[in-house]
Amino acid sequence: MMKKFGGWLKENILALATPVVLLGVWEITSQMGWIRASLLPPPSVIFKVLVELVKTGEIFANLGISILRVAEGFIIGATLGLVIGVQVALVKKFRTAASLIFGLLRPIPVLAWVPVLILWMGIDEGSKITVIAIGSFWTVLVNVAQGIRNVDKKYLEVATILEKDRKTLLTKVVLPASLPAIFTGVRVGIDVAWRSVVAAELIAASSGIGYMIMYARELSQIDVVLVGVLSIGLTGILIEQLLKLLEKRLLKWNVNLHES
Amino acid sequence: MSVTAAKSQTLVIENLNKTFRIKNSTVEVLKDVNFAVKPGEFISIIGPSGCGKSTLLRLVVGLDGEFDGGISLGGNLIKGPGVNRGMVFQEARLYPWLTVEENIFFGLGQQQSPEEKKYIVQEHLELVGLESFAKAYPHQLSGGMQQRVSIARALVNRPQVLLLDEPFGALDAMTRINMQQEILRIWETEKTTILLVTHDIDEAIFLGDRVIVMSQRPATTKTIIPVELPRPRDRNSYDFIKLRKEIHTKFFAEVEVPFAYSI
Ligand SMILES: Nc1ncnc2c1ncn2[C@@H]1O[C@H](COP(=O)(O)OP(=O)(O)OP(=O)(O)O)[C@@H](O)[C@H]1O
Ligand SMILES: [Mg+2]
Repeated sequence: MMKKFGGWLKENILALATPVVLLGVWEITSQMGWIRASLLPPPSVIFKVLVELVKTGEIFANLGISILRVAEGFIIGATLGLVIGVQVALVKKFRTAASLIFGLLRPIPVLAWVPVLILWMGIDEGSKITVIAIGSFWTVLVNVAQGIRNVDKKYLEVATILEKDRKTLLTKVVLPASLPAIFTGVRVGIDVAWRSVVAAELIAASSGIGYMIMYARELSQIDVVLVGVLSIGLTGILIEQLLKLLEKRLLKWNVNLHES
Repeated sequence: MSVTAAKSQTLVIENLNKTFRIKNSTVEVLKDVNFAVKPGEFISIIGPSGCGKSTLLRLVVGLDGEFDGGISLGGNLIKGPGVNRGMVFQEARLYPWLTVEENIFFGLGQQQSPEEKKYIVQEHLELVGLESFAKAYPHQLSGGMQQRVSIARALVNRPQVLLLDEPFGALDAMTRINMQQEILRIWETEKTTILLVTHDIDEAIFLGDRVIVMSQRPATTKTIIPVELPRPRDRNSYDFIKLRKEIHTKFFAEVEVPFAYSI
């Protein structure tokens, strides 16, 4: 155990040391009065505010609300993306029929939908969840469709020679073969979802981490703003790591994973 | 089920012609290919690169139905893929998400009961000598081991005809010789008809009852050389070397390469 940790530390020493050194420099220069605390408070102050916000539970409450929105929106968007992505990949007619519409809608940044959705659904949950759903929908759709269409023809030929029916071909060959691509879609999709929720909350919301940041800004609480911003990053890392773990378990066979 | 096995039937290829369309031009690949393979016979096929050897096997296995002429097995025309023909490609083409035994299991159809299937998979793991790697994933195997799994997968349905497309091409010389012994052993136990494409004249003679020398594209199969050497064959025997020389000469007569070409 200790040995393992030692090895891990050795490998990651640079990645860990860099932020520590930067924080140190930041702290010292702040203490020396080179940086105006009303614009950028020192790490020690930010940390104190963080502890406070954790103690009052405010930060978890807001993060929790945002995460819940992401979960809801993502599940809707990803499910639709998966289902439609499979159709796009496998049904040529569908692909042709949808090509222009998809081509037009896909490049629209999610945030451009926010005003539209606010007019349609107001500023409560519905509009936010829809924004997230849209964001993850396209990411998942594109990756799923591409993953399926890129399945190595050689794998399909093997199944054809063995006289496998279409169902077996899809479930036993196409699906597992495109699983890595589907997973990439899910990962990027959640990333997009997480970014869009914060952005949507910054524009209009009465709760959530984005709202907390905006509210603190109105009160000119730069430290709270910074804690909020950093907590978004930390949550992002956490989600990413969780997904990586899940991917490693689900895709044990994927050699490319083990290398990184 | 397994006992009703390969009552091998004659494979007949008649006036087979195959062209590919690339953009607006057509490429003639196979021209008037004619030969018959007796049940249980081992045929080696050699020919210059790009002449149409893989294409020929793909037609026989049923991956490509666009050709002129006839391919029949036991009198029945071949119209598409079927489990009475198995194929092994140059690359093992194993599914990386399945373990060795699952890959072999995938070869089986729906006729057998789960117990039967389990038994057949076990039997074939033993046939290719990989019992102890049943639970390994393909990326944990060497190239030769992967190819053996691929052979096992092609054999589980007891195909009457086994098509091997340069199955040992990617292996080193030592492993290849081992695999040749292995395939002979399997052939002798299974009594399957085998068509083996190779670019190795030695391999062709060592394994085949007859060697088909295909010409440059459009490929014909005019030269068919019987290998009348007793088995087990000795690669260094006088007759072996004499035959090798003969085929070498025929091969280059067919190929007509102006420069030194070593295979
Ligand atoms: N799907 C295809 N479309 C068009 N042309 C093809 C196709 N497949 C093969 N060909 C052409 O047919 C010819 C024969 O190809 P084939 O793969 O059968 O050669 P080969 O004898 O197996 O060669 P090698 O020894 O290099 O494997 C080649 O000229 C190739 O360009
Ligand atoms: Mg070939």
